[in-house]
Amino acid sequence: MSDERLRTELLGIEMETPVLTASGTFGFGEEFADFVDLARLGGVMVKGTTLAPRRGNEGVRVTETPMGMLNCIGLENPGVEVFLKEILPRIEPYGMHVIVNISGSSAEAYGTLAKMLDVPGVAAIELNVSCPNVKDGGILFGTDPEAASSVVRAAKANTKKPVILKLSPNVTDIVQMAKAVEAAGADAVSLINTLLGMEIDIHRWRPVLGNVTGGLSGACVKPVAVRMVWQVAQAVRVPIIGMGGITSAKDAVEFFLAGASAVAVGTANFTDPTVTMRICDGLNDYLEQRGLSNIRELVGKANPDFLGENT
Amino acid sequence: MTLPKKYEVTANVVQQQKLIETVYFLMVYAPAIAQAAEPGQFVQLRILRGAFTLRRPLGVAAIDRENGNIAFIYRVVGEGTRALAALQKDDSVNVLGPLGNGFSHDFVHPLVVGGGIGLSPLLYYAASLKGRADVLMGGRTEDELFWNTLFHGFVRNIFITTDDGSLGVRGFATDLLPTLLARYDYDGIVVCGPEVMMRGVAKLAQEHGTPCEVSLEARMACGLGACLSCSVDTRGGRRKVCKDGPVFSAAEVFS
Repeated sequence: MSDERLRTELLGIEMETPVLTASGTFGFGEEFADFVDLARLGGVMVKGTTLAPRRGNEGVRVTETPMGMLNCIGLENPGVEVFLKEILPRIEPYGMHVIVNISGSSAEAYGTLAKMLDVPGVAAIELNVSCPNVKDGGILFGTDPEAASSVVRAAKANTKKPVILKLSPNVTDIVQMAKAVEAAGADAVSLINTLLGMEIDIHRWRPVLGNVTGGLSGACVKPVAVRMVWQVAQAVRVPIIGMGGITSAKDAVEFFLAGASAVAVGTANFTDPTVTMRICDGLNDYLEQRGLSNIRELVGKANPDFLGENT
Repeated sequence: MTLPKKYEVTANVVQQQKLIETVYFLMVYAPAIAQAAEPGQFVQLRILRGAFTLRRPLGVAAIDRENGNIAFIYRVVGEGTRALAALQKDDSVNVLGPLGNGFSHDFVHPLVVGGGIGLSPLLYYAASLKGRADVLMGGRTEDELFWNTLFHGFVRNIFITTDDGSLGVRGFATDLLPTLLARYDYDGIVVCGPEVMMRGVAKLAQEHGTPCEVSLEARMACGLGACLSCSVDTRGGRRKVCKDGPVFSAAEVFS
């Protein structure tokens, strides 16, 4: 099947399809090579990377919930140096657009990471300011507009790559956050990160997760994500990468109609490792049935007040 | 990129049989996976009825390559396994696998030690050795040791311990192990069961100077090494149970 209808351009990146994979759910892409044509994806947002290696949280890190799951991995990763030296050269032959998700405990750390990753083979940087599972600062950057802006400025000052800021849903006003990071120079926003949640084991009378709380993801969060994409689309002009509970092409269509220029698939990769390919096929069918020639024609169409650059 | 290929297939149920209350034997038709699966590897089953976000990891208990079938033995512990147990012949289930690394091929006359559902991957391993292995199984009471019948014919000797002495020797598997190590000349020990059993066996194996492999269990989401739900500490740093394991050298993970 030709992907002509799905071909798009975002942040200067020519994408075969507007379907990406969300950070933390798809490793470095290579783990899914038996099931996915990685070059057909719009991009792979690789596992959150930090300056120093992190071992992540102790104890139970994942639990299934109704129509979703909670996780508290805690940003386990080998550190940016190992990523650059070992992982990036290893995944280069797959021909995918590698978007590196980065986390730091200070604006300077984001700047340093952005600079180190300003290398060939990296398509863009995604700033993770909203990991709910680490205690050292992440959550502050994600909930305070000025702190998030300082992270964007630090990254932008240190790289020529496009910079995407990943917005947290765990805020009172996501629109205020989106406007602030757009003003600070973010080239795009991605949303939503996981919703802070918790489960208690009624036999042991203890929290299930080792970190007590965790990030909720999966189909159950989709209505929240669609609502937030809709709200942000009315307030910013930078492109939006929509994510949160997408499990099918129908779900993805909702995000485009709400104002997303691209979507990312996360938790559904665990249920079905081929899901991104099924979503691409389903989007193709949907566009064909609707008589549309390109996915861009869908963006923001549910929203008369959509501001985005693709209209 | 040189890793062996994994498959994701929707498979028909060939047989579903209750072995004892809460423990089931499930056989599905999945020829590609049956052809490829090595002893100690596992699959991730996606239960298509209901709305499960996560797959359920199950060790391979038996393979019938000729007919393209693969079998699992599992305990019903929650909603997922309850839904799995409700499947009947000709229902379908989605199978992702084979996953992880299996047991080493190095042992000629190993002792396999297991408890509970941990005996399930050991059954395939022991069967693959065509009577060269011995098995030591530990259970609470004789009710759990239906495994005895399953292993019969695949192993040289079957040794049994029960907590209450209702079958075999009274005590834990680790109580009988030193006697067996002294009496027989095993070139390796392979263990899968509760962590306390695996640690105990690993310690005795080390004291006796016998190489020991353990098959770890962990909560996991992707099964492919991507989500890092199942990370463990090893001598060589952080490793993933799903991708780098589930079989590890005991010295690597219990030190």
